[in-house]
Parts: sequence; structure tokens; C-alpha cells
Amino acid sequence: MKNLIVIGAGPAGMSAAATAARGGAKVLLLDEQPHPGGQIFRNITRNRNTLPHLGPDYAKGLEQAEALQHPNLTCRFGSTVWRIDDGRAKDGPRVAYSQNGKSQSVAARHVLIATGAQERPTPFPGWTLPGVMPAGAAQILMKSSDLIPREAILAGTGPLLYLIAAQMIDAGTPPLALVETQTSSMMARALSKMPRAMIDRQQVFKGLSLLRKIQKAGVRRYTAAQEFRARPQGDGLTFTFTSKGKEHVLHCALLLCHQGIVPSTNLTRSAGIPHQWNVTQLCWQPTHDDDGRTDRPGLWVAGDGAGIFGADAACAQGVITANAILCALDDLSPDIARHINAHALNRRFRADALRPFLDAAYAPAPEFLSPVDETILCRCEEITAGQVRVAASNGAEGPRQMKTATRAGMGPCQGRMCDLSVTTTLAAHSGRHPTDLGPHRARSPCKPVTLGELSRLDLGD
Amino acid sequence: MTVSRFTRRNEAIQDIISFSLDGQPASACAGDTVAAALLAHDSAAFRHTGIHSSPRTPFCMMGICFDCLVTIDGVQNQQACMITVTVGMDIRRQAGFRKLEGRS
Repeated sequence: MKNLIVIGAGPAGMSAAATAARGGAKVLLLDEQPHPGGQIFRNITRNRNTLPHLGPDYAKGLEQAEALQHPNLTCRFGSTVWRIDDGRAKDGPRVAYSQNGKSQSVAARHVLIATGAQERPTPFPGWTLPGVMPAGAAQILMKSSDLIPREAILAGTGPLLYLIAAQMIDAGTPPLALVETQTSSMMARALSKMPRAMIDRQQVFKGLSLLRKIQKAGVRRYTAAQEFRARPQGDGLTFTFTSKGKEHVLHCALLLCHQGIVPSTNLTRSAGIPHQWNVTQLCWQPTHDDDGRTDRPGLWVAGDGAGIFGADAACAQGVITANAILCALDDLSPDIARHINAHALNRRFRADALRPFLDAAYAPAPEFLSPVDETILCRCEEITAGQVRVAASNGAEGPRQMKTATRAGMGPCQGRMCDLSVTTTLAAHSGRHPTDLGPHRARSPCKPVTLGELSRLDLGD
Repeated sequence: MTVSRFTRRNEAIQDIISFSLDGQPASACAGDTVAAALLAHDSAAFRHTGIHSSPRTPFCMMGICFDCLVTIDGVQNQQACMITVTVGMDIRRQAGFRKLEGRS
């Protein structure tokens, strides 16, 4: 039996798997993608240094990916985990995953869920049209296929928009415009968090240099943008919005939206781990202690999937959690790990320093949390915000009743693209706190598996 | 044919492979996902939804949104962003919900 199964080969999963393997644990690392890196270092082992426009922080991922070469570590890429059972199950914990159309269930003493983040869904009228995409999705195409967005507008809020704009500029195809939703009063409020952010001044200076690059390239910039709306026009899109009271109409081939990132919690929720509402970041995150331990025996979380702090912090947290798991494997007191972890704890402290500033300056805009009635919230079942509000007025008080009443969240994405929007829309409509509504229940199989594949499930050891 | 919303930065250094899109010959770079290959090919929708028949192109590019569903080698509802394109692959855009096998 493996000592540890790590789910997700992003910054947290890679550093945890390598640390645990070096510490003597037999580790199985599972990831859906064909190569390690997660989304932030996507395709790093194939690109190596051939894409200089992606910048030095992307290149850093190579070292982490190469550290996965260890005799104690087995990597299974192209593996989609669809079920996790905790240590209370028979021979648990267990992880069931699908690879090349075959599913197997594997037992281990510990399971670390490091499934990272996803972009916060940004519902507005027209967001389901061809050519509207999350900005991070376009960046994935830059990393995985060297495709650069053409005639693109970056719209929304967050430092990722600056990074992508700079990468597009360095690739020779700048965005047509940068349309930002944050306001000057948000920025003013965020300034009180700047002293702490200066602990990680390298990141602050990096952000400023991105902004200088965008300015120097002459990219049109709008702030305090509101009332997003996209309409099809020929093969492209018409994007309208207001900025400081004035309406703007822009044309583009691609509208790349972004309102920050949120933890991907389908697996942690389906495993029965309790979740709490993060009042600053406006999203659910699994409850865990400082080492990443959850209240489910044998289940651990690390990285952005446990709460958004960014890739650097995720990398540090991977080391911290792996050392805590090594202590648990050898029945050592968890206190010992704190001494081994001194370097990682220091790194995590530095990497966390900028987050309060970012959370305040680039908070999601209210119109995406409670969109106008005509906006589709559930992309799969094509359920609008208006339908959700009508159902709520008719007695669908929580996410569970909302599913029954409207089917919102019951399509193939299993709520990944709408459950946060349904929660925030419902909360705004009923005046209740998301904590009172509770998170949507997630159930296995967390990704679609055919009945044929289920019937041939290999229960292994 | 409509122009792609993306430009390939450095096509010359990639291996070009051929596949079939709706029965017509098409090409992609080795290592592309099916979604990347189709997005680089043109700007058309990958599918029309089953409920309102609305057009969709890939959204998340990381396997969570299920907007990029296409038919690959006869198997319907495949996530184009999660599958690497291979030589001779038969890719078809979809209209509506998946059909029951053996029925039209």
C-alpha cells in the first residue's frame, strides 16, 4: 500500500509529493493533465525555456517538475480522480480514478488533495457567447499550444490581467484594451494593507513593472467599469460597459474575463470535509489546520484548493503538509515538523503578505455576484439569475431546493461554473449569509464516468 | 471559413499533424488538445446546446466547464480540452444533446 496519494501536480502537489518521497514515503501522484505543472506551470516540461514572453516566474516551475524524478514517487498523469473515501471507510482512505478509460480504486494511509483553484465564474449578459472566455483559459492556450489571443479585450479585475497583458505585449500581440472593474476607492482602502505587502516587495515591484509595461505599450485602460454586456457581431463580439458614468462600445474577437480565482472544492466537498465561507475572498474553502490536516481521518489539503494564497505560498504549504504527513506516518509528534519546516514557514509568511492587499484592491464586482435577471448563471442547464430569484421567492431557500426547483448546478459540470453564483445571488436576494445557506453538496463520481467503466472498476489492493 | 481568434506564435518549430474535422482534412500542432486544434483552425462554435441550441466555444480550458464537448472517433460528449489530438482523429462538432447509440 502507498503511504501517500497526492491529487494534483500543481505547485502544492508537486512540492508535497517530492518532499514526502525524499522523506522516505511511497507516494502516488495523480493529475488530470498529461504533464506536471498544474495550470500555473502548465506544460512547463515541454516548453522549458522556449516561451520567454511568459516571464521568469513561469520558468521557475521547471525545477519543481524535475524534482518529481524520485524512486519513491510514481506519477500517473492523465488520471481523473472521481471519488475519495476517508480513513473511516474499509481499507480507507481510498482514491478512485480513471485513466485511459479504465477506473481503479487505490488505498493509501494518507491522501493529500491539492486540486488548486479555478477562475471565479463571471456571469453577465452574453458570457456564454463564442469568443468569451476566462482570461486564465486564454493563458492556458498560450502555455499549452503557443496560441496568442488576437484582437482581445481583457476585462475584469485582478493581477492576473496585468500578467496576461504583459505576456501578450511581449509576444507581440498586445490586447486591444484593459477594462477593469475595480474603483479608485477600493484601491484607496487597499493602501492600508500595503505596509504588510512590502514584506514581499519583489512581488509588489513586479506588479508595478507590469503596469508600466502596459502603459508603455499604449494599451487603452478603463477603470470602475460596470454593466458588462456582450453581443455577437459577425465572427466577433461587441462589448459594452460603462466607466465613470460614460458608456463605451468596443469590438473584439475575444473577450477575456477575470474576477479572481477561487478554490476548486468539488473533491473536498464530496469527501465530506467541512467547508467555511471566506468572507474576504467570497468563496468556500475546506476547513483545515495550519499543517493542512482536515477533520476527516487521513485526508489533507494544501495549496490554493485549501484557500487562495497564490503559487509561492502553495509551494511552501506543500512542503509543510508533506512534513506533517511524514511525522504522522512515523508516529512522530507534529511539533517536530515545525523545526524542519522553518524555511518553508518563512517562505509562506512572505508569500502570504501581499494577499490582503490584493483581496481588498481587486475584490469581485457586485454585478458578477448578483447579476441582472437575464444573465445565465448555470451554463449547462441555461438557467438565468431571474429564474433563480423566482424559485427563491417561491420557497427554494437553499442550494439543494434550488437544484430541485431549477436544475441549476445539475448539468455535466456538476455546479463548478455556477454554484458560487447561485449562492451569492441567493444570498443577495434573500438577505441571508452564505454560511446560513451552506455549500452545495458534491457527490461522487465527481467527473462523469461511464457505467461500463464503473462496472469494471479495479479494486486493486 | 472564419478566421481563428488566436494566432500561433511560432508555428515553424512545431510538428504538424493532420486530422479530420466534420469530414474535412485539417491540421494541428503535435501536443495540441483537440480544443486548441479547433480554436486555432477557425472561430466557429464547437457545439450547440441541447436546451436553447445556443452556440458555444471552449470556456475554462482545464476540464471543469464541459462547454467544449465534441464527438471524437464516434464517441459523443468528449471534453475537447482534455484530449490530445492524434493523427487521423475524426472530430465532429455537436448539435444538441448526445444521441442514443444506434438512433438518429
